[in-house]
Amino acid sequence: MADMRVNFCGVELKNPITTASGTFGFGHEYAEFYDLGELGGIGVKGLTPTERLGNPAPRIAETPMGILNCVGLQNPGIDRFITEQIPYLRQFDTKIIANVSGSTVEEYAGMIEKISDADVDLIEMNISCPNVKCGGMTFGTQPAMVEEVVSEAKRYAKKPLIVKLSPNVTDITEIARAAVGAGADALSLINTLLGMRIDVETRRPILSNVVGGLSGPAVFPVAVRMVYQVHNAVDVPILGMGGIRTGRDAAEMMMAGASAVAIGTACFADPMTPVRCAGELEEFCDSHGVGRVTELTGAVQV
Amino acid sequence: MAVQEQCTVIKHEQLTGNIFALTLSAPKISRLAKAGQFVHISCGDAQLLRRPISICDTTEDTLRIVFVVKGEGTKWLSQRKTGDGLDILGPAGHGFDLDRLGAKPVFIGGGIGVPPMLKSMKDAKALGAQPTAILGFRDKDAVILEEEFQAVGTVYTATDDGSYGISGFVSDVLEGHIAEFTSVCCCGPKGMLRALAMIAEKAGIPCQVSMEERMGCGIGACLVCACSLKGEDGETKYGHVCKDGPVFDSKEVAW
Repeated sequence: MADMRVNFCGVELKNPITTASGTFGFGHEYAEFYDLGELGGIGVKGLTPTERLGNPAPRIAETPMGILNCVGLQNPGIDRFITEQIPYLRQFDTKIIANVSGSTVEEYAGMIEKISDADVDLIEMNISCPNVKCGGMTFGTQPAMVEEVVSEAKRYAKKPLIVKLSPNVTDITEIARAAVGAGADALSLINTLLGMRIDVETRRPILSNVVGGLSGPAVFPVAVRMVYQVHNAVDVPILGMGGIRTGRDAAEMMMAGASAVAIGTACFADPMTPVRCAGELEEFCDSHGVGRVTELTGAVQV
Repeated sequence: MAVQEQCTVIKHEQLTGNIFALTLSAPKISRLAKAGQFVHISCGDAQLLRRPISICDTTEDTLRIVFVVKGEGTKWLSQRKTGDGLDILGPAGHGFDLDRLGAKPVFIGGGIGVPPMLKSMKDAKALGAQPTAILGFRDKDAVILEEEFQAVGTVYTATDDGSYGISGFVSDVLEGHIAEFTSVCCCGPKGMLRALAMIAEKAGIPCQVSMEERMGCGIGACLVCACSLKGEDGETKYGHVCKDGPVFDSKEVAW
């Protein structure tokens, strides 16, 4: 039996499988299907300083082996997360990864300060949401902006700070270096790829926001490539995500350089996906003579 | 509460050119299902997302779904044969509140909104109500399930082009008979639901509407199937069709 534990920035995950922010709500819905304590960590819905209503429908369009979404960070706000959701999530023997977004540097700093004092294990700072007008991806696509917002956030972070990167850039390593240089303890990637679909009958975009973020198995090879590039460029742990739906996919993402992985869109197809992936990853280790799952990280031989 | 069940097709019917019915052995979901709820069906390896399909009818061990072929997923579903397995999540969402029907409820379906009204009408009758159905279709060739509704109670069938039954829309029929009813339950295109809601509200009777929206997870986690609702402060807020609905009180909806 392989040792599935992973030390991620000093936080011990019982296995490298977590859930991707924005696909898992605050866990209530999936807790009806399995014990959330079977997962290494739970990435919660992205939080903002105050409640956000999100974009109008339609917020989703299916694509070949993927989806486009433009939810627009609908969430109840950080305060209600802290009072209502943390006590709920703490019932489960898993780690809480709080995901925060702001529309100004000051908002990010305020969010990081507030969430640092709450009972969460890891902070994921989203500088890559493609579906909001202010902030979001605009922070995550220019190295100078990344440096400014991350260094300011880091001053207030009392928990490990993971910076979530946008794939919508020419050179992901440039952004990764800027984030790590500014103090990021870890990186998570990839957020969604900007995409668009048109209803050819009506000649109108399917999504209310015209464009949206592409996720699902369609983006998996892009995610593996970017994790590989970033792993070779910086020296911090990586939370790899983008299109994972099997334990073998998780192993591949880890071989590219991820220390842990997050599963998102695949949960919509099958709510059991994260639990199944954890089991499959362990089987993969056992059948391939891998004694510790951490041996997989960066194990690709080029 | 939804469960995941591996179901088996026990009957396949083609009701019109593009509308199909599947009866499934689904002992877990069928026992939990309530009128107006839906199931979320995995439609083969080529489709990433499940397809939400309303529950048309149930017995103790079986579930009947009626759906229109709109794209690749529903096409795949229509090609299932007796004995094939299906991965289904359900029953999902909130259905019709049968405690609010009164003695003489009317169940109104438009097009592919007709199927979920069958179980709803049957369950209302089982609770002692005297239910009526108003069914609307594009034309004669689109008419489905009429005899099954007639076995439960009074049925008015209307077609848009007058090729069968009453000529006109379900809203015309409702307006003509509104004084006979104690409440309205309906499912169909948004414009139709809105028109029916206005008539019911004017008459001062409750109206429950079953809404539709492009869906992701089907259980309330991904937040994509947003439905505009009236907030307490008068501002529009978003509910979610899969979890808060698909059935809403018409007065909650920000049309």
